[in-house]
Amino acid sequence: MTATVRPIRAVKTAAEAALADTYAAAKALLPGLPAAREQAFRRFEAQGLPHRRVEAWKYTDLRALMRDAKPLAAPPGAEAKARAKQGGAIFASVEARRLVFVDGAFVPELSDLSAEAGLSIMPMAQALASGDALVARHVGQVLDIDDPAVALNTALMGDGIVIKVAAGATVARPVMIVFAHSGERPVSVFTRSLVVVEPKAKLTLVETHEGAADDQINAVMELIVGDDAEVDHLKIAANRKGALQVATLIVSIGARAKFNDFAGATGGSVTRNQIFARLAGENAVCHFSGANLLQGHQHVDTTLVVEHVRPGCESRELYKSVLDGESRGVFQGRITVQAEAQKTDARMATHALLLSENAEADAKPELEIFADDVQCGHGATAGALDEDLLFYLKARGIPPKEAEALMVTAFVGEVVERVAHEGLRDSLLAAADGWLQARSA
Amino acid sequence: MSLLEIKNLHAVVDGKQILNGLNLTVERGQVAAIMGPNGSGKSTLSYVLAGRPGYEVTQGEILLNGENLLGLDPDVRAAKGVFLAFQYPMEVPGVATMTFLRTALNAQRKARGESELTTPEFLKRVREAAAQLGISQEMLRRGVNVGFSGGEKKRNEILQMAMLEPKLAILDETDSGLDIDALKIVSDGVNRLRAPDRGMIVITHYQRLLDYIVPDVVHVLWKGRVVKTGGKELAHELEAKGYAEFQGEAA
Repeated sequence: MTATVRPIRAVKTAAEAALADTYAAAKALLPGLPAAREQAFRRFEAQGLPHRRVEAWKYTDLRALMRDAKPLAAPPGAEAKARAKQGGAIFASVEARRLVFVDGAFVPELSDLSAEAGLSIMPMAQALASGDALVARHVGQVLDIDDPAVALNTALMGDGIVIKVAAGATVARPVMIVFAHSGERPVSVFTRSLVVVEPKAKLTLVETHEGAADDQINAVMELIVGDDAEVDHLKIAANRKGALQVATLIVSIGARAKFNDFAGATGGSVTRNQIFARLAGENAVCHFSGANLLQGHQHVDTTLVVEHVRPGCESRELYKSVLDGESRGVFQGRITVQAEAQKTDARMATHALLLSENAEADAKPELEIFADDVQCGHGATAGALDEDLLFYLKARGIPPKEAEALMVTAFVGEVVERVAHEGLRDSLLAAADGWLQARSA
Repeated sequence: MSLLEIKNLHAVVDGKQILNGLNLTVERGQVAAIMGPNGSGKSTLSYVLAGRPGYEVTQGEILLNGENLLGLDPDVRAAKGVFLAFQYPMEVPGVATMTFLRTALNAQRKARGESELTTPEFLKRVREAAAQLGISQEMLRRGVNVGFSGGEKKRNEILQMAMLEPKLAILDETDSGLDIDALKIVSDGVNRLRAPDRGMIVITHYQRLLDYIVPDVVHVLWKGRVVKTGGKELAHELEAKGYAEFQGEAA
């Protein structure tokens, strides 16, 4: 006698039902990879939206947070494109190659597609539709990730950017991907990007996400950092109030490569930054860092999984949050050191500065070590501004608000200092300054 | 009108009465030393003057140029000319000394309705003052007092005092933790800041500091009150005989 065991699933929520309808209606129109999409959607459907009983999503209960699913964005019209010219304002002073998306669709006329040796750029929708070899080989395959948000992205991915930097090439200016939003009506956007940096190549890559009120953004980037390559990646969530974003970075890092990742959030209502990183070659050096400045009811969840696979790699994880109002900052970080990854040197730290009685910081650092000759550590702190230090500053004539601002700037400054590009770093410091001034106004 | 008049000051810290009817006057141009044993209320007096939270004045008044300081926030007092050189200067990681000095100076100037210093003007003044105190440009770029030795921290306090040009400077055990060379540098720095319109309160345990910063007047603090006032020779007397003669004094 055989029994059929079926996974028990709760009744679909309104958002899950709407996503199923969206997928059913759109799948014939979505570009490329129908089999992969179908498989991914089934995978998502089996799990549904993640909720608090799913450990990896414990602090960000999407099932409760997503009351509905917004319709897929329509291609942007002329008006929407005109408004997108304001996109990427935070880095306006940085000389960069801008690639602009509006409501998740690439807008070539707003983008800098000038030729550069060693650099290839193609919109993801076009690459998917044409069966591009690079995309066929890597999309969904950079790492094996079992995550419902990533599965949903694979099922519904529309556009995004595909970038390849040829072996040995150094891309002159930062490549800045501006995800602007029209705000014409609340929409769902599923962008998927693939960046392949071949051995010994160098790239600085920036993403800004500027979702409009109540937009739902699911952005996945898959990144391959080749052997001896050097990549700096910066991602800013500057969404409007009401916006919900899940941004995922999936990165594989080769031998002796240098990879620096920075994620910052000041906007949006709910932001989930997930990073899945695999240090796949020997002697790579990776820094993962982030700074969040939150107020009101904002919620930012940084969930990081770093896997050391081969010997001799170094990784540094440093995340800081400044939490005002009733905001909540979540950090979940896991470093896994596989048995073969001897001489691993990994240090993870997260610090939260609470500016109000009602703000909340949650930290869950984990180390999973299977090798016996490693140096690993983690630390987490949460606290208010040091009253004694504040008195010292005030005793020198610095008014309370300014003294607080100085200390907050110093607090996040330690992370921002890690950004190597001077213009980007200065822009981030200016953004932090703007946040503080708005706060004390 | 005197620069500073403290009348019948009573103060409580952590529920404990520390100052018990303290009277003290400091004139413009005067350096007043305050000596006293541990627990006599010397540091409490300095914090009460600067307005530190938790130092509660229950009675009495503090007048600076005839204006009551009580109830004013520390930053407001600083803008009015009160400066406390801390016994244990604090480290402020991530805030460069240069930024700190400029922010403080401009905040005070703004509070007084004066214009901010231009960058070249400011830099010129910092460089001159720092050079006199043997503070390197590298130290000015570092976080305030971060990684500084005890002597460097005290020199940094005097640098701040030189830049902020207070009306009333309170030096709380500036000699503690200093070797003789550092003591000379710091004392020279303080002596350069003696001025006809500036008063100073030099708090110390030891007569040694007063060989370098020679006071105009010495006050003895005992159980939260000034119990004796004399000339600079009083410091030598205390050094020789200790505080035994005050044992009978009622609190």
